Amino acid sequence: MPETRYVKAIADALAEEMARDERVIVLGEDVGAPGGAFGATRGLVQRFGKDRVRDTPISESAIVGAAIGAAASGLRPVVEIMFMDFIGTCWDQVVNQMAKMRYMFGGQLRLPLVLRTHTGAGLNAGPQHSGSLEAWAVHVPGLKVVMPSTPADVKGLLKAAIRDDNPVLVVENKTLYAMKGEVPAGEHLVPLGRADVKREGRDATVVALSRMVHEALRAAELLAAEGVSVEVLDPRTLSPLDREAVLASVAKTGRLVIAHEAWGPCGVGAEVAALVAEHGLASLRAPVRRVTPPFTPVPFSPAMEKAWLPGAERIAAAVREVLGRCA
Amino acid sequence: MLSGAAAAPTREQARAIYRTMHLIRRFEERVAECFAAGEIPGFIHLSTGQEAVAATVGALLRPDDLVSATHRGHGQCLAKGADPARVMAELFGRATGCCRGKGGSMHLCDLARGVLGTNGVVGANLPIAVGTALAARVRGTGQVTVAFFGDGAANTGAAHEALNLAAVWSLPVVFVCENNLYAEFTPQAVHARVSRIADRAPAYGMPGVTVDGNDVPALFAAAASAIDVARSGAGPTLLEAMTYRYRGHHEGDPMSYRPREELEAWRARDPIPRFRAWLGQRGWLADEEDARLAAEVQAEVDRATEFARSSPWPEPTAALEDVYA
Repeated sequence: MPETRYVKAIADALAEEMARDERVIVLGEDVGAPGGAFGATRGLVQRFGKDRVRDTPISESAIVGAAIGAAASGLRPVVEIMFMDFIGTCWDQVVNQMAKMRYMFGGQLRLPLVLRTHTGAGLNAGPQHSGSLEAWAVHVPGLKVVMPSTPADVKGLLKAAIRDDNPVLVVENKTLYAMKGEVPAGEHLVPLGRADVKREGRDATVVALSRMVHEALRAAELLAAEGVSVEVLDPRTLSPLDREAVLASVAKTGRLVIAHEAWGPCGVGAEVAALVAEHGLASLRAPVRRVTPPFTPVPFSPAMEKAWLPGAERIAAAVREVLGRCA
Repeated sequence: MLSGAAAAPTREQARAIYRTMHLIRRFEERVAECFAAGEIPGFIHLSTGQEAVAATVGALLRPDDLVSATHRGHGQCLAKGADPARVMAELFGRATGCCRGKGGSMHLCDLARGVLGTNGVVGANLPIAVGTALAARVRGTGQVTVAFFGDGAANTGAAHEALNLAAVWSLPVVFVCENNLYAEFTPQAVHARVSRIADRAPAYGMPGVTVDGNDVPALFAAAASAIDVARSGAGPTLLEAMTYRYRGHHEGDPMSYRPREELEAWRARDPIPRFRAWLGQRGWLADEEDARLAAEVQAEVDRATEFARSSPWPEPTAALEDVYA
């Protein structure tokens, strides 16, 4: 299979869907000639024109509102909100308009729109450009939320999101943009709502999100050397969550560690833990452990940020803990 | 209409506008009665006194044009053709309501008639109207979107962003500010330095016009021009209509914040008798026709109320539907 960078997989997905369906348009800050802040829309305006690939003012409420109106009027817009930290500036449009519109109008309309945004610490971008806020959106009925961890998944999930008749937030991770990975050639779709076992194992399950999937895989390597077999489960879609996949993995391993870059309290890990407590408690042979960063904003200085971010060592330590092994 | 004399309503248009104003007035009065009697739950914001704006703009739009309405939007929906019975049933929270009882007064919608929804968040409808106008541009449908908003909404960030974006893209949208002088309970002098919201239009790079919002012929000329400009591809207009609400911000508001004389002065400029006189001067509405029209409208509101009262409540489990397509 050909190797593709994560950011190129996004651009490929957009180009393929725009070629396939003329109703697909792209809106956002610098998405036109500049090709997006990280290059995810590179080449689109040259190929599809300024009518369908629109640079906007720095007006997040207007960008998202325009996408909502356009979706209500027959288009399938894809908007980019540069940094999920900025989503507070348009949160009313996301939560009160986009998420509720179909419901409060009694099902009169569909809103086929995609909101791409990105999270992720590790680039010394400081407290306002590094957050992982996906749990905010997972909390809201009417939205779907995906968080792809690989080039293949971001391509397949973004294409599926564009074809979905509901608002979908595609939460990327900017530290993954340069990552290379195999992407199946030809039409590649990943269905929404389906988790993926990134590594099979017997002794413990690590449910990991986004970049933490790769840290969990590194942890699994470390633990394999100690004779421990770790299963790494990537939900890929956070809303709707693939509950069956989580419960099935825990039923097999009896032990659960959850790792994400978002804060612990009311994060997706809390939801996964509650799911297992409610529906899989009998499978558990040890308490659930969550691996999350400290409950502080993301610090700027590399010296602090590196320590702040969870990584393979902390995930491995949590697995040893649920297995009753000393670190 | 892009140049030359100001547009004036034809006899048929004028009579239609007059009828719609009556319909909105009777409808809103009935809503006030039913709310006071405990038949309508929730929060209600009435547009009594402001009818000329919605009625005139509505008469100028094509069936496939779109209206993005406000929390004070019953009249804006009716003027665009929404069925009074289904709107009333929605206000009553019944299964037959235009939104099946999911929305209520602040979330009315009738997409088939071009009613894109009232909105419970002040100013939030302007960006959405930019989006329907964008779709009309990209798809080449020739549709115009009208975004209603108030003097209060004019100070929201969403409104500023939407006005700017619509101007930058020269979109087919008309922003109609119903300036009723109060943002909830706060007079305009407290919330804006300019007395005319349309004075801000040049800063967005679009024309701005302020008209007497209780004067149908003046409104007609200004709105017809703005709608034609939008449809021709020449971009948005900020049309400000100076008007006044007779009721409080919401039903139950004691209105202690505004002087009695102010209300009396505006009642003396009531848009309905003013336009009745204008029609009379032209011989376009005889007294017996006026009486017949009033009776027709009254009967329509009676039918709508009876439809709402006799309609079933939604099943509680219907609350679980329509979250996702």
